[in-house]
Amino acid sequence: MEIGPIWRAMMRNKTGAILIALQIAVTMAIMVNAVSIMQEKNRMLSRPSGIDENNIFTLASVGFAEDFNERATVEEDLAAIRAMPGVVNAIQSISIPLSGGGWSMGLAVEPGPEIDGTGVAVYFVDEHGLDTFGLNLLAGENFSATDIVWRGRSDTSWPDKVIVTLATAETLFPDDPHSALGKTVYIADVIPMTITGIIEQMQAPWNGWDGVERVMLTPNRTLFGSSRYIIRTKPGMRDTLMPQVEEMLAERNKGRIVRSMSSMDEIREKSYRAESSMIKILTFTITLLIVITSLGIVGLASFSVNRRTRQIGTRRALGASKLAILRYFMTENFLISLVGVLIGAALTVGLNIIMIETFSLTRITWYLVPVAMLMLLAVGQMAVFGPAKRASSVPPAVATRTV
Amino acid sequence: MFSYYLKLGWLSIRRNPLLSTLMVAAIAIGIGASMTIITVNYVMSSNPIPQKSDVLFYVQLDSDDLNTLDDEDNELLDQLTYLDAMALMKAGKAYRQVASNRSGLVLEPQGEGERPFSVDTRNTWASFFPMFDLRFLYGGGWDDTADQNLERVVVLSKEINERVFGGEDSVGRSVRLNGMDFRVVGVMDEFLPMPKFYDVTNGAFNEPEEIFIPFNVAVEYEFDRNGNTNCWKMPDGDGFEAFLNSECVWIQFWAELRNATEKQDYMDFLNAYVEQQKELGRFPRPINNRLSDVMEWMEDQEVVEDDARVMLGLSLLFLLVCLLNTIGLLLAKFLGKSTDNSLRRALGASKSSLFIQHMIESGLIGLGGGLFGLGLAWLGLRGIEMLFGEYVENLVGMDWAMVMTGIGLAILSALLAGLYPTWRACSIAPASQLKIQ
Repeated sequence: MEIGPIWRAMMRNKTGAILIALQIAVTMAIMVNAVSIMQEKNRMLSRPSGIDENNIFTLASVGFAEDFNERATVEEDLAAIRAMPGVVNAIQSISIPLSGGGWSMGLAVEPGPEIDGTGVAVYFVDEHGLDTFGLNLLAGENFSATDIVWRGRSDTSWPDKVIVTLATAETLFPDDPHSALGKTVYIADVIPMTITGIIEQMQAPWNGWDGVERVMLTPNRTLFGSSRYIIRTKPGMRDTLMPQVEEMLAERNKGRIVRSMSSMDEIREKSYRAESSMIKILTFTITLLIVITSLGIVGLASFSVNRRTRQIGTRRALGASKLAILRYFMTENFLISLVGVLIGAALTVGLNIIMIETFSLTRITWYLVPVAMLMLLAVGQMAVFGPAKRASSVPPAVATRTV
Repeated sequence: MFSYYLKLGWLSIRRNPLLSTLMVAAIAIGIGASMTIITVNYVMSSNPIPQKSDVLFYVQLDSDDLNTLDDEDNELLDQLTYLDAMALMKAGKAYRQVASNRSGLVLEPQGEGERPFSVDTRNTWASFFPMFDLRFLYGGGWDDTADQNLERVVVLSKEINERVFGGEDSVGRSVRLNGMDFRVVGVMDEFLPMPKFYDVTNGAFNEPEEIFIPFNVAVEYEFDRNGNTNCWKMPDGDGFEAFLNSECVWIQFWAELRNATEKQDYMDFLNAYVEQQKELGRFPRPINNRLSDVMEWMEDQEVVEDDARVMLGLSLLFLLVCLLNTIGLLLAKFLGKSTDNSLRRALGASKSSLFIQHMIESGLIGLGGGLFGLGLAWLGLRGIEMLFGEYVENLVGMDWAMVMTGIGLAILSALLAGLYPTWRACSIAPASQLKIQ
């Protein structure tokens, strides 16, 4: 083909070509790194919380009256909620996955203050905990009603049973996590607890925590002044039941306020709002960027077509076909874009290294680079097609006219 | 001359409406995108209390566990224990000092049929109000005797005063909180420090609390805490008393130190205090106390989020693409006028006057792009507000400094973009383009 002549012609007037190539290169660097960030955020978003998210909602009950009896209120509330038609089960707990606020404690396999324990998130549950959250018990057994201990706000004792997630068992007993059942672990340095159950998976309340899968359930109910109820409904019943439960609780006891009612969907949405927003912003940015780069290509290509109208006419008069002219401009753009994406690949990797060092982001997956190169080559070809088509329709007679 | 050049520039812009629109649009989009992100970063990293930021110091004492000493980053606990906070308050060695924490109370309005609601509360001391330069609509803060005598006094935010008292002067009236009567001593004016520097532990961009009550009163009645509590060692025994005497940290502590001497003296005092506590068997780690002024503290706590910085970097690269674009288009445009320029050179126009003319034209395009870009940035900020919700509500406002920066950045970018095309346009030999005619 006529790559040689096209390349030499381009070299005689290279500024425009260099500008386009650079633009494509920077566009590619931004695009690939942005997509890589989006992939990372998406990975975060798609982790399961381990609970039956579609059918769970939660609300808080805060007592304020002087004669407020928290223990009686919690017992009556739970009995009343569980008795409502459509409710599968309900518990009092201090937290729920993804909510951002909760409690964590260090667990160690040996007692003693000099041992540095592993941080594990705590959910206080009663014997209805597994059913309410919808957890899958891999081994061992659920708590029974007699295991439940009431815990005051500043109490320091712990019950003697604990159910942990498999991830917790893996951290505590890396050699054989399944042997964790029946083993003793130590909380608050010296208090022993026996692992009586292992659940498959459940997330801690903090989605950005590196130990997000490390969770334990303890058989407690709390007297913290403020109670959070977690309610699981039959599929499809949640939205109808939410206002009913809220109204029922508010009516039952005037010495407290009911607040912070939200479904798990809302909690998830709020928890990952920053991540999902960033994905949207980056998508928008990439689109805009490609549009701008294409417009730049169109602008410069049109300009070069205008400048070369006489030459094109001359070539046509000398026998070049329309297709040859079209091919000329398409090839020219292809060469420019090719240089652009090659520089772009280098820039992309460079930018990624900077981002990894400064912001501890992850490395880009290798296939993004060739995919982006092909895509930008295609975008270039599409952008130049309009001006090239116009060039090919320059009539041969133009060659005979002056200016 | 300038106005003549302006006119020339304007005429030239109007001659190629499509190309000019493209250029203005390219700059506008670049400026719009980068200004949106710059604004968010600017607010995140702004100084919330510029008049005093260098005399207010956040106090950190290294009361942490010996086991975690090998951590390389030398990070200290970000709050104090009750024991230490009270000891420092009692010693009173700084010009002013304040210990405070976050809690939540239930407020019962006295009107018929009004439902009780929960209010974000800060438990603090009299010195909080003068230290952080808080302005009042009515009344003022309480005084030291109220702290000592456990007086049930309360300072309301403007919003709460509007909600409970319809915005009138409520000083002297009483508010029912958690079943107890509190006397209103002051109503604050609008108060929205960005970031919320005095307690970044519990959310650097949260709104300030809605009511302020004496710390000692909150402790006396064991009001619920709802801020971060971090215990490396469990309290010895059950009950609130054991919690207070524990190694749990949950209090933010600020000291006002007016000069280097005061700062040095206070540091010496802190070190002596820790030395003395070591004898009592506390503070297992080597002495490592820290005083950070407001901006140092914001830096230390990484208030500006990584995501925001990543976006800033990407948006500046985005602006670069737009500029490359503009350079290309300007080049096309100026070279398209070659005939014009060479004719004018032949007629005696100097290189420098051609240079100035083209730069003015570039600047005009930049101005246009900047104005449109600001509009786009405004839209961008609304978009961010829509996506992130109330979390960023206070981050997406543009002040005049930002508006001027935006226009300045646009003109500067356009001038930079115009340099090379202008140079090419000016270096045309006189009459070279006239030969073929």
